[in-house]
Parts: sequence; structure tokens; C-alpha cells
Amino acid sequence: MGRRVLLVEDEVNIFEAISFILSREGWDVSGHGNGATALAEVARAQPDVLVLDVMLPGRSGLDILRDLRAQPETAALPVLMLTAKGQSKDRDLALALGANAYLTKPFSNAEMVETLRAVAGGGQQATS
Amino acid sequence: MAGQKGGAQRPSLTGTRIRQRRMALGLRQSALAGAIGISASYLNLIEHNKRRIGGKLLLDLARALKVTPARLTEGLDATLSDMVQAAARESGRGFGPPPELTRIDELAGRFPGWTGLIAEQQKRIAGLEAAVEGLQDRLGHDPVLAESMHEVLSTVAAIRSTSDILVREPDLDPNWRGRFHRNLHEEAERLSASATALLAHFEGQGARAEALSMAQEQAEALFERMGHHFPEIEDGGAAAIEPVLEAAPELREAAARRLARRDLDRYAGDAARLPLGDFLPAAAAADFDPQALLGMAGGDAALVLRRLAALPQGGEVAVPNFGLAICDASGALVFRRRIGAFSIPRYGAGCPLWPLYGALARPMVPDRKLLDLPDGRRFIAWAVSQPAGGGGFGGAPVLEAVMLLRALPEQEDAQGEAVPVGPGCALCPREDCPARREEGRFG
Repeated sequence: MGRRVLLVEDEVNIFEAISFILSREGWDVSGHGNGATALAEVARAQPDVLVLDVMLPGRSGLDILRDLRAQPETAALPVLMLTAKGQSKDRDLALALGANAYLTKPFSNAEMVETLRAVAGGGQQATS
Repeated sequence: MAGQKGGAQRPSLTGTRIRQRRMALGLRQSALAGAIGISASYLNLIEHNKRRIGGKLLLDLARALKVTPARLTEGLDATLSDMVQAAARESGRGFGPPPELTRIDELAGRFPGWTGLIAEQQKRIAGLEAAVEGLQDRLGHDPVLAESMHEVLSTVAAIRSTSDILVREPDLDPNWRGRFHRNLHEEAERLSASATALLAHFEGQGARAEALSMAQEQAEALFERMGHHFPEIEDGGAAAIEPVLEAAPELREAAARRLARRDLDRYAGDAARLPLGDFLPAAAAADFDPQALLGMAGGDAALVLRRLAALPQGGEVAVPNFGLAICDASGALVFRRRIGAFSIPRYGAGCPLWPLYGALARPMVPDRKLLDLPDGRRFIAWAVSQPAGGGGFGGAPVLEAVMLLRALPEQEDAQGEAVPVGPGCALCPREDCPARREEGRFG
């Protein structure tokens, strides 16, 4: 079994496409679409790396990230944030809150694969 | 001289023009010098603008060079020179050697057309930058636009990822292929709807309000460029307003000029009632505390707040950085001076807990509050609402509220309990705020 990635993204079609690509790359992908229950899902799924969208129903990805970094068991969990192009405030805030990297939508599949690999491989910051 | 009618001129160009004209005629320096009876070395000094000339010598030179004397002595318009200098400052951060600032006169003398083009482009760049900043600001503070853009970008992200798979995976399982085709169709439909909604936002029933917003952006850009201080109006009063408007590249539309004129009219009125020469020393002596300045303003608190926000920065007197927000009785912001971390939106509403709005409920009662921002920074706010027109016996007064902001240094502790406020619900992370009226983008 490959390394586990949890993709917190409420857009079903984005999730399906990314899930397909990452599975092809050998990742064990699970998904979750609600911000309000995302922390519980992280605790349950115990992923090796988290892909987290900023705008989620129920709770912002930035708030989730803030809580993750405040808890000892998830403080070092590699997190790749998905932000929207033009929303530089989101990007800056994500990095300030401790995101390991961010990707701005729309991104290419190759960027996703490479960035996730870099994040999981040691938390090296990769951005686009 | 004909060239000196348009304002400040720089006579030092004459030599450069003589040299340019001589070379255009193919004359050697010694030949021209001989023709007018001076030495070649003296002509050389003239051509390099190291000797001023006039009178008979100028007439002789003009005659020998077959031009009118005015052609040789037309100077570089000071405004043009300032624009070229501004262009040099703005673009000097790039690659290559820095612009030769000391040779602007020479540039203008040799290539007047190119110099005019540089100045014209600098003017356009300044206007475009103001427009871009306004649009960025709109994207950040307009919840409808931000939501629409997010919808479009999410859809494009899904289409990009899905189509990438369909193109790059020739051996894709037919079930997956069918699924991704359906997804693509769904997203294309969604994109069409999002794009239509986005266009409706700009062109639909709010089009007039959008046009007004653009005018506000342009008027605000002028105030921001001037640091909210207009020395010409401080000195010359209302008579200086038109020249200020004429020289403002930001004001591209008639509506923007009207708004700017309205704000400058008030500025001139304020300056007449509290002249800078009296107000600045008094304000400095009072550590810029509005309370201490009420007396000299006849108790007009709004006037004091507006004048404090119009003090000159960077002069001999160290003036703190002030922010200002003015809203009408409906709460719509009609004027703002931005200050650092305190976000004052141009579109939509600010934070319901700002003293600006509280003041509307208690006209003529000045208020002072310590404000706590979500990121821990603190500001002191002074606010008051007063009639801004209308009224009279039996008439309804038109109220307007003014709020002045001053950042509190981190080490400084102000008296009184701080009020937790934010930048407005759309951008505020305070989830449990009792005044929250809409879900924030961050919460």
C-alpha cells in the first residue's frame, strides 16, 4: 500500500480528477468534503500528508490548518494548501499559519504530483 | 521668449539645441564659431550648456543655423521634466544601468518627441496602476465578486485536471473515460453559468453603482498620491482646486472629477476654518489628540478629525499616520484614508462594531474607543456624527459620521477596555462575534 493522502476538497469533480492522478502515482487517496468535520477525519484517517482547500463548507481550511498546527499530534503533518489565483492574502496567511506548500487553482496535474511529492518527502516548500 | 509662456522653463538646453542643429546642418564647430566671430573653444562651452548666451550672440547663432532664436531657447517644460524623472524612478529598479537623471535636459533637447512619449507613458502607467489597485481592492472587498471568481477558478481547475487526464491517458478504462467526460460536461455548464453571473454583476442592474465605484477609485487615487494633503489648496484656497483637478492623471472620467471636486471643496473649507499654520503647531503641542483641539475648532469635532487626517507627512513636524472613514447615514462609506493593517473596505460594509456606525445613533456626541483587531494590533478611534447639510426648521438633517484612526504602538498601553472589531464580516475571522451577519471567507 502506498502512502496515505487525505484530500479535503468539496468540489467533487476536482476530487475525482486529483484522486485518479494520485492513485496512478501510487498514493492511497481518501477524501473529505466538509470543513466542519475535517479535523475529526484527519484524526481518524491518520494520513501521511494532507491536501487542504481554503474555501470549504462549514469551516475555512485556514482555520483547520491553525488547529492542526496547535495540536501536538498533527503539528508536523505535511500540509499542501489549495488556494485560488488572485487571492494572495489566502496564500500568505496559509504560509504564515504553517502550510508546507500551496498550489493556486487552476493548477496542472503535474504540478500537483510534484508538489505533493516534495511536501511528503520532507516538507520542502514548493509553490506555484 | 515664446517657449517661456507655458510656465517654469529650463534655459540650460540652449547649448544642446545649438549643437544638435549644427550637426544636423553638417557644420564643423570651428566653421560655425568662425562665421559668428567667436573661438571654437567658447562655442564648445556654449554647446555643453556651460555658458549662457543671449542678445546679439544668440541672434547671430540663430541666423547662422537658419532657425529662429526662440527655436534655440525653448526650454523643457517643468511638468514634462517631472514626469520623465518619475518614469526614471519607477522603472529604475529593473535591469540594466540606472537612468541618467542628470541628463534629462539633454535627452529632451535632442529627442523632444521621445521625451514627450516617455512622459505620456508615465502618465498612462500612473493611471493604469491606480485602476489595477482599485480592481484588486474590489476583488478583496466585494464578497459577490470574490465568490464568483472562486466559482470560476474552481470550475477551471476541475476542467483542467479532468481534460489533462483524458488527453494523457490513452489506455483509460472506458468507465473512467465516460465518468470524466460527464464531469467535463458538468463543469463546462457550470463555467458557463458562473461566467454569465460574473458578467451580470458588472453589467446588470448594478452597472451604475459600478461606474460610481470606479469614479470613487479614481478620486481616492488622487488623494492617496497626494498623501491626503494639498499644499496648493492650503495656500491658495478654493481657487487652487481646478488646477489640482486639471493636473491629476487619475481622474479619467467626468464623474471622478465631480467626486474629487466635492471632496476638495470640503478640504478647502476645512483649511479655511483651521489654517495649517495655526492648526499644525497646536496639534503637535497636543500630541495630536483631537480632544485638546476641539476648542480651536469651535467644538466642531468632525472638522478636527478631518483636519488631523489632512496634515502633511514627512515635514519638519513628525505627524502620526492617521486613517479616516466617512459614511453617510445609511452606513455607506463615502470617503476613506487607508491606514496600515486596519482594512477599510470601499465596497460593502465595514465592521458593525466600529464607533463610526455607533456615532450615527448618537449625533453630536463625540466618542473615543480603543479597538482590538483580530491580529492583535490596536488602534485608537475617535468618531462623531454631525449634520452635513439639509435640515433647517422642519427639515430632515443629513447626517454624516467621521472616524479617525491612529495605530497604538505595541509597547504603549492605552487606558480603557478595548473593543474587539474586525475588517467587516466578509474578511473577519471572529466566528463567535455577536455582530456577525454573514459567513466570512475565512470562517
